[in-house]
Amino acid sequence: MLNAAIMAAEEGSSPLIPNLWELLVTVAGFAVLMFIVIKYVMPAFEKTFAARTEAIEGGIAKAEAAQAEANAALEEYKQQLVESRTEANRIREEARAEGAQILAELKEKAAAESARITEQAHVQIEAERQAAVVSLRAEVGTLATDLASRIVGESLADDARSGRVIDRFLADLETSSQSAGAAK
Amino acid sequence: MIALALPAATTEEGFVPPTIDDTHYRDIFPWGGEYGVWFEGGFGKQMLMIIFSVILIATFFLMASRRNALVPGKMQFLGESAYGFVRNSIGKDIIGGRDFLRYVPWLFTAFFFVLVNNIFGAIPFLQLPSFSHPGSAYAIAAIFYLLWVGIGLKKHGLKYFKLAVVPSGVPWYILPIVVPIEIISNFIVRPVTHSLRLFATMLAGHLIVTLAGTAIEYMVSTGSILLQGTSVLVLGGAIAMYMLEALIMVLQAYVFTLLAAIYIEGALHADAH
Repeated sequence: MLNAAIMAAEEGSSPLIPNLWELLVTVAGFAVLMFIVIKYVMPAFEKTFAARTEAIEGGIAKAEAAQAEANAALEEYKQQLVESRTEANRIREEARAEGAQILAELKEKAAAESARITEQAHVQIEAERQAAVVSLRAEVGTLATDLASRIVGESLADDARSGRVIDRFLADLETSSQSAGAAK
Repeated sequence: MIALALPAATTEEGFVPPTIDDTHYRDIFPWGGEYGVWFEGGFGKQMLMIIFSVILIATFFLMASRRNALVPGKMQFLGESAYGFVRNSIGKDIIGGRDFLRYVPWLFTAFFFVLVNNIFGAIPFLQLPSFSHPGSAYAIAAIFYLLWVGIGLKKHGLKYFKLAVVPSGVPWYILPIVVPIEIISNFIVRPVTHSLRLFATMLAGHLIVTLAGTAIEYMVSTGSILLQGTSVLVLGGAIAMYMLEALIMVLQAYVFTLLAAIYIEGALHADAH
């Protein structure tokens, strides 16, 4: 440095002595450039950086939210699937039970109906038998009286006596037929 | 400096070595700025180039930052990368903390101001790194000197000077030696080296290229076959030096900004050192 300074001094100018105009122009140039940087360039770049960071982070957050939502939906579907399977099983069981019950009911009803019909038939038969017995009693009495009167003639025309005889006869008949039925 | 001394030995043999004044390409205005004069001289090429660099940098970054798109185009990407480099690799990594952004414009402006002006030295016809003139180098180093001293005073008050020159953990009996050294190194050597490093590397590179050019011209004009033949070697060497110089131009812009960031950081956290 010293060497250069001496040499330069010999030649009339030192490289270390500044030209003040150059110094001022440099400071002014730096100031102007700095003003532009602070006022326009830096805010624009910082804004872009911030916006980009936000966009990327926002995108990631959105993707995470979507992922979480999808997971929730999947979980829900699985849950629903399990539920619907259980439901189907339950319904099937119920239907089976109900079917069995209906069948049993129907059987019972049919049995009751058949019992009722049988009972009715019995009653009717009994009634008809009674009617037949009653009508037979009257008819047989008349026929027997007619027959007896024809056989014994007018002597037996007295109603009171003949009625008593007939009744006694029929009672005997009944008794014998009843004892015969009991024996049977 | 060796480059300056060497050609002096050859003067007697007819070679006229270039002086520093010869490193000036012809001034744009005939009364152009000269070395070693204070307010004499006028509006030289170097000043014009400084202004040109301001226009160039401002135009580029204004255009690059204008669109402000989320997905950048080529130009915006380039501008963003350049800005992001200074912002993150220098500002954030060195200064750090929450308020490094406040100092990014200083570093950003300095880096591209120095870079573009240095690269001017590698462009034919411009062929002059603006910071090979001491005035500019002193000016930009002084800006940062005032900046970091100001930051230190604002942050720590007058205590800053004590924090800056009295290292913690040093035994009291060594302090009389350490304190003067710290004063000299921090407040005198630091700004001087900050400016001279930039200025000297630019001037040296510029001188070497000038010297090689002058030498080739001389060797070719001698008419001696030997000298004309060996001038090819000089040309090869000159091209290699030119490439090296281009690398140094970029490197020095980075170094200058990096040191500025380190000084700012040192002033901000003077109490931690």
